[in-house]
Amino acid sequence: MIKKFTLRINKKSHTVEVDENMPLLWVLRDILDMKGTKYGCGVGSCGACTVHLNGIAVRSCQLPISSLANQQITTIEGLAEKGDHPVQKAWLDLDVAQCGYCQSGQIMSAAALLKNTPRPTEEDIDNFMSGNICRCGTYTRIKKAIQLAASNTK
Amino acid sequence: MKKTDSNYSRRSFLKVSSLSGGGFMLGISWFASAKPVETLAELGAEPIWQELTSYIKITPDNVIKIFSPNPEFGQNVMTSLPMLVAEELDVDFKAIVVEQASYNPALFNRQFTGGSQSIRSAWKLLRTAGASARQMLLTAASQAWNVPVAELTTSKGQVKHAASGKSATYGSFASAASKLPVPKDIVLKANKGFRLLGTPQKNVEGSKIVHGKPLFGMDYKEEGMLIAMTERPPAFGMRLKSFDATAAKKMPGIVDVFTIQVYEPTQKLAMFDTRSFNEVIAVVGKSTWDVLNARKRLNVVWENAPDIKEIMNNRETVVPRGLESTSKHYADMLAMDKKPGRVERKDGEPEKAFEAAKHIIERTYTAPFLAHNIMEPTNTFAHFQGNKVRFVAPIQGPDFIANTIATRLGIPKENIEIQLARMGGGFGRRAYGHYMVEAALISKQANAPVKLVYSREDDVSGGIYRPTYQLTYRAAFDENKRLTVMHIKGGGIPESPLHANRFPAGAIDNYMAESWSIPSNITVGAFRAPRSNFNAAAEQSFLDEIAEYMGKDPIAFRLELLKRAKESPVGKNNDYDASRYMGVLELVRDKSGWGKPENANKKRGVSAYFCHNSYAAQVIDLHVKDGQVIVDHVISAVDCGVVVNPEGAKNMAEGAAIDGIGNALFGNLTFTEGSTNQKNFDTYRMIRHNEAPKKIDVHFVANEIDPTGLGEPPFPPIFGAMANAIYQATGKRLYKQPFGNQIA
Repeated sequence: MIKKFTLRINKKSHTVEVDENMPLLWVLRDILDMKGTKYGCGVGSCGACTVHLNGIAVRSCQLPISSLANQQITTIEGLAEKGDHPVQKAWLDLDVAQCGYCQSGQIMSAAALLKNTPRPTEEDIDNFMSGNICRCGTYTRIKKAIQLAASNTK
Repeated sequence: MKKTDSNYSRRSFLKVSSLSGGGFMLGISWFASAKPVETLAELGAEPIWQELTSYIKITPDNVIKIFSPNPEFGQNVMTSLPMLVAEELDVDFKAIVVEQASYNPALFNRQFTGGSQSIRSAWKLLRTAGASARQMLLTAASQAWNVPVAELTTSKGQVKHAASGKSATYGSFASAASKLPVPKDIVLKANKGFRLLGTPQKNVEGSKIVHGKPLFGMDYKEEGMLIAMTERPPAFGMRLKSFDATAAKKMPGIVDVFTIQVYEPTQKLAMFDTRSFNEVIAVVGKSTWDVLNARKRLNVVWENAPDIKEIMNNRETVVPRGLESTSKHYADMLAMDKKPGRVERKDGEPEKAFEAAKHIIERTYTAPFLAHNIMEPTNTFAHFQGNKVRFVAPIQGPDFIANTIATRLGIPKENIEIQLARMGGGFGRRAYGHYMVEAALISKQANAPVKLVYSREDDVSGGIYRPTYQLTYRAAFDENKRLTVMHIKGGGIPESPLHANRFPAGAIDNYMAESWSIPSNITVGAFRAPRSNFNAAAEQSFLDEIAEYMGKDPIAFRLELLKRAKESPVGKNNDYDASRYMGVLELVRDKSGWGKPENANKKRGVSAYFCHNSYAAQVIDLHVKDGQVIVDHVISAVDCGVVVNPEGAKNMAEGAAIDGIGNALFGNLTFTEGSTNQKNFDTYRMIRHNEAPKKIDVHFVANEIDPTGLGEPPFPPIFGAMANAIYQATGKRLYKQPFGNQIA
């Protein structure tokens, strides 16, 4: 059923009128024109659509809009006001991306990991990041970038 | 392929014109990867660009834009191709603006991403463009200052005259330079004069990527654009019989539902025209979610398809009927091994040598179909109007599909505009542009701009796959365990992987290569290092096994064979350079400390392969824990000639290792009754973070050979190195890919 919803995304309010079952992913991409959150699988298996829900990394393709009232949503566009999140900077320092399609999801997962585990071990990184697929094979660079971001975060 | 200067002069990059105001090149393009971003923004809406060759534009206030001609799918050509221009133009790479060129065969050469050829084919052409523009600027400066060109120098976008102390920007001469004739007989820098090439330069789109800016075809949107998806048969070997869209059309946001024929039944098809299904149901609506939901409400009756005749590459072929299954595929392939194949190469007297053998080793290797799993699912934007069509497309080979689009839509090729979107992966999949034909037909029928989107399930279950392959290697030995003959027999469904003239052909007196294939209705195509991606696994595993039988070190044995091929090659058509092959093996041997006492306890495998004009060798160290392979270290040695952008090149070779390990351990697409058993990433296993190697080191052979390609060559040998290292760790030789489920 089509209903009106107000979402809190990147500290701003957005009101949309859409099907109550529409996943956040498609609300972001098709309705709000925020293209940073990517469609990869639609079944929560690849992590390309990762956003933060109240600071926790979640797969936006699995979140119906009706479940999101009064929640704080952060997308790659709002990860840092000036786009200078330590994870984004580390990604640029180490030139992580190849095709780049999965990287917003990787960055959102990495940022959530570092929020709760500021000094992650290699195993912490492997475990936390294993929901994010990259076909180009940038995993070792991602790991280094997470370690760099951790060491640059005081 | 050698390009001569006369070829350049036919290219219209030498047709110099000056542009001002208007035109699609101006303003801030969706594809302008501005670097720095602010520079472009400050220009306002109507900067005046002076065009110096089709690759370079300069404004009077010295903003320098370089066009990257080839489609970008993660191989980083959008950075490395402009580097070629910038080196000879003599500009500060960090201060220029890079823009993805649109498809335009009149302006740009070979706008194709595939075959590891982008840098190779651009190496002289793009440097010539840069050097020509620099020469024109120098000439303009010499005329303005009334001094000889020989007294002028350039540096970072400035022209200088030492004697008078004069100095001015390129921009100040751009207008005058753009009216000059293009110089002939341009002399390019000698390699040792390079200041930019060979230095690490960051991805020009890095900032857009980490900030989630719209870049990919999937991200494109414009006013009035509708979303389209297609419903396709659930299995290869099936086709549409009838459908009822009444319920689907009543769904919210749905605009129309209709069928399209991707190609006319009698249309002559070319190499990259492969498509999985010809008649599909298009569902067009306002949002992706609307369309996904409406697809579920379609009532469709599918039926088994008959044999279908097709003209592909001027040859009539038959796509056979039937619902195929993996178990039968493997049984059929094994049966082919018993029948005579097509002899593709024969040196010496292989039959006699086998008769005289004291010992024979025979091993059969197989590999499954693989799906590309490009992270950005297949998509394109198309808008058909009148007799024109405009695309924003993630496409590896725009020129191939432009011909097909023109034929299918009945419009002149010149009426096709294709903006090249950054691709979220390609790996060969986006060489096949049928989705652009589909989108154009849907746009025409819906009379609206549309973005056609495939779901992940559409991509996995209806792809253009890496074929399933089999190779049988047979080697014979005399009483002294000396190798006397080798026989390779291979085939696949529906094509053979055999490269008859590749190593070890040329290194063995008695040698025979035979090929076969089994027709299929499962669609296949290029997949990162086609054929090589399987051959390397089989060949390099077999060489490892026979070296062990002969009591030889695996690297020393390969070098011994290569030495033979170098010094007195057998046969004439050997397609590899034995010296470069030896070079990567020696480099990986030295860098890995191969055979050194401190590495005696490591479980390591080696592999080397030549493909796409370059050479790669790897040593992999791994161990097995709880039935899982853990790769500790990959040491990779690559000879791709001159390395243009070392950090980007390293990244690609690292990626090739991870991609190779993933496919060697897990890659597996299987069929039951024509339908893929894997539909999405919950069932198709991709390598993940925790399975990636703990460490990768990449080393390049330093030489002055013109670049020979990098996207594919480091990928195939990984499969062999994995098999050989797994044997060292487990004592088990593995012959059937994927290896991951055979470890415990």
